Amino acid sequence: MSRESVLGRVRSALSQNEIGTAPSDQPRAYRHIGLLTVEQRLQLFENRLHEYGARVFHAREQEIEQEISEVLLGGGKTKLVHPAGIPASWLSDSVAWSVDKNLPFADLERFDGVLTGATAAVAESGSIVLQHGPREGRRALTLLPDYHLCVVYESQVIETLPECFERLLKSPALPTTFISGPSATADIEMTRIKGVHGPRFLDVVLVPL
Amino acid sequence: MSLVTLDPRKAAPFPVAAAELLRDTQLRKNVAHATDVIQRKRAALVAEKQDWQALRDAGAAIRAEALRHLDTYLEQFERRCTSAGGVVHWAADTEEAQRIIVGLVREAQATEVIKIKSMTTAEIDLNRVLEANGIRAYETDLAELILQLGNDQPSHIVVPALHKNRQQVRELFAREMHLPNLPDDPPALAEAARLYLRDKFLKVRTAICGANFLVAETGSVCIVESEGNGRMCLTLPDTLIAVAGIEKVIPKYSDLEVLLQTLPRSATGERMNPYNSIWTGVTPGDGPQRFHVVLLDNRRSDLLAKEMSRQTLRCIRCGACQNACPVYRQTGGHAYGSVYAGPIGAILTPQLYHMEHAQSLPYASSLCGACYEVCPVKINIPEVLVYLRAQVVDQDRRKLSSVFSQERIGMKMMARIFLSRERFETAQRLARAAQKPLAGKSGWIHWLPGYAGRWTAARDLQSLPQQSFREWWQTRSRRTNNAKAGQ
Amino acid sequence: MRISLFITCYNDTLFPGTGKSVVSLLERLGHEVDFPLEQTCCGQMHFNTGYRREAYPLAKRFVSIFREAEVVCIPSSSCVAMLRDYYPQLANENHDQALAREIETLLPRIFEFTELLTDYLKIEDVGAHFAHRVTYHASCHGLRSLHLGDKPLRLLKKVGGIELVELDKLETCCGFGGTFAVKNAEVSTAMLADKTRAILNTRAEVCTACDNSCLMHIQGMLHREYAPVRTAHIAEILACEADR
Repeated sequence: MSRESVLGRVRSALSQNEIGTAPSDQPRAYRHIGLLTVEQRLQLFENRLHEYGARVFHAREQEIEQEISEVLLGGGKTKLVHPAGIPASWLSDSVAWSVDKNLPFADLERFDGVLTGATAAVAESGSIVLQHGPREGRRALTLLPDYHLCVVYESQVIETLPECFERLLKSPALPTTFISGPSATADIEMTRIKGVHGPRFLDVVLVPL
Repeated sequence: MSLVTLDPRKAAPFPVAAAELLRDTQLRKNVAHATDVIQRKRAALVAEKQDWQALRDAGAAIRAEALRHLDTYLEQFERRCTSAGGVVHWAADTEEAQRIIVGLVREAQATEVIKIKSMTTAEIDLNRVLEANGIRAYETDLAELILQLGNDQPSHIVVPALHKNRQQVRELFAREMHLPNLPDDPPALAEAARLYLRDKFLKVRTAICGANFLVAETGSVCIVESEGNGRMCLTLPDTLIAVAGIEKVIPKYSDLEVLLQTLPRSATGERMNPYNSIWTGVTPGDGPQRFHVVLLDNRRSDLLAKEMSRQTLRCIRCGACQNACPVYRQTGGHAYGSVYAGPIGAILTPQLYHMEHAQSLPYASSLCGACYEVCPVKINIPEVLVYLRAQVVDQDRRKLSSVFSQERIGMKMMARIFLSRERFETAQRLARAAQKPLAGKSGWIHWLPGYAGRWTAARDLQSLPQQSFREWWQTRSRRTNNAKAGQ
Repeated sequence: MRISLFITCYNDTLFPGTGKSVVSLLERLGHEVDFPLEQTCCGQMHFNTGYRREAYPLAKRFVSIFREAEVVCIPSSSCVAMLRDYYPQLANENHDQALAREIETLLPRIFEFTELLTDYLKIEDVGAHFAHRVTYHASCHGLRSLHLGDKPLRLLKKVGGIELVELDKLETCCGFGGTFAVKNAEVSTAMLADKTRAILNTRAEVCTACDNSCLMHIQGMLHREYAPVRTAHIAEILACEADR
């Protein structure tokens, strides 16, 4: 094992006055806090999702169940999987729901889609952040089905990435996934096309609190 | 295409390889188109970001701090990653990294691995070594798949198959995937790749990835991608092996708030790429339960010693310098004879490999500075290029005979001339006399002998005028003085 | 004001017309021009090609000649970039603290020709007249090292009778790059071909710039191809007056 030799080479390359010194403060003159009003911020988030080819729906807390079932049935999706922490009140009887109890990957694939919540969302980049808590499920759950329906509360939408990391800092060790639109590639002639391996379709239901 | 070698020890010198590639008009069209598109998208996103320069400053400072205390941050990363269930391995060079990785794959009893695009595994030629050890590696990134199926080589850090257009990809997929009726529109090609790889994702139990960032503070690894192939490899297998250069470490978790703003905008011209994954060691019930990180030195520690070289290691592999480089845009990446092409390759390759194997790369630039202007971590590439040129010349000075000797004599002579006004003025007169047989009546030179003939191969040269500026100035001063005296 | 002129070695030898125009314009604006005859070369070619050892005495020589100057005018953006970007490095790596100090006090008095007009003399309308269709090529050093921005264009816009046409891909290098033009002649020529095509597309009669080295390169291909465009340093346009 070369641990000591690599570290030794690094140390001998660093100048003597660098070894053992305290980390220096970095310039952080970039923008931390968002400047938009709540309405502007939500509108920006919605616009960004549209640009990525995701659809956005709106529902109040008590309308979530109905909205979800309308969105799903409107797209002909009847067989869905969800993580264990999804509130029963979101789940309409008109859809066949399965809870993910460590289902085999091949089974996850066969669902019409997956329903989850989110940890946070970033308006500026149109990103949904999952830390795979009870409402978000393990990582494979939001990866294998071809369709992802995500319920995001408006209070979870923040404007900037620095604001987002401030929130994530409370639990940095959790697996974390940033989702910015459906899976895509620009590997052929730099044309961004939707959908390669991850879910090719993403819908978001925005809920005011 | 398999003639392309990206081994700097075997590759042709840049000017030779470049001249060859310049004849491939299709390739030049593809490269120009792709780099134009990314550049336009990047420019628009940078323009809307009012704090862009502050983000560049912060990004440069974060990377500089990581390197300044690299030993501390590496040990911190190792501690945190280990306590979260990961296993950290250290590799001094390519051979050791290859040995460790092959050992880990064998330990997992795997004969197949799925891979996420990784420059570092390309640097250590991992796929060939796995193959030699009876392990089949499947590249899962669309561009890498194109290269692997076509037995081709990467030509760009972020978009490795950018030298191929849709018709060429269609031909390849149709042949290799046995899909004779495949159309050539990109969505159909992406769909073909999806179907081709789906089965591998579900069945292969071992994955190999690189790393965009290693976070010292938390022991986390961050991977940035678009297609979801990355998430598949990071999530579905039982064993995951991440290979990363030691310079990939960043001090704090919140440093990502800077680098995840600058990297996607610089790399693909997006506000955010579709997927970022950040994970720490092993998470029970979610993802691979065996996780290894291989930290690769491979001469990176040599670059730390001098501040001038050290900035090279700040690189976050966004490829913006390649897209902006007017030289790269003419030749594409293969001319650089290394997995690291373009301006960053021109400074990274000579430093990572022995200088004598990469003598032409520091000269593969017109020093126009476009690379430095777009770099999200402010690597002054032109400055490093001229610094490396000095190293090439200094190496050359120690040799008795070399291709550079003619140049060296010329340069030394010029320097002597410039050190004295008298010699300079004499040289001006002599040059005027010497050009007589070459300059036509028009006052233009169409042909020059020897080395200088490379100028006149496609360009004329204006001959020296009959009077230099200083001669004019002196005549004028004399006239003025005489006029004054005559008054 | 007494302005010291560093003409640069290649302008002195190849482009005396540029120097004459600088002198005539500055005198027309009421300034006195001084030309120290000891001057030769700033060392850029040596430095950029890797001959730092040879560049160092040239840097020292430059500083010793101009150290007393009130202000120095240099009609070549790449030479100014050499001074600003690399003279301090040359002094430091040779542990020449005396030189480093002299450079530090001298640099604020060094101006590229268009900078001298807009930033130091604070003038944009120099009373020039040039009734031609002109396109401006931004040299890389002027653009990215000196950050000249639109200073040259502001000067050109005030020229009487001029018809300015914008050059497509203004920020792209012409492929000169000093010894790059011969060391990588094929790539250099390919870059130049793109540049001359863009210039021809403007249907300009004259292509101008703040650097004769780019113009020499550009003119080299335009002339080879019998193109109806000539090149002229910006000083030569700004020195022109209406026929009286």
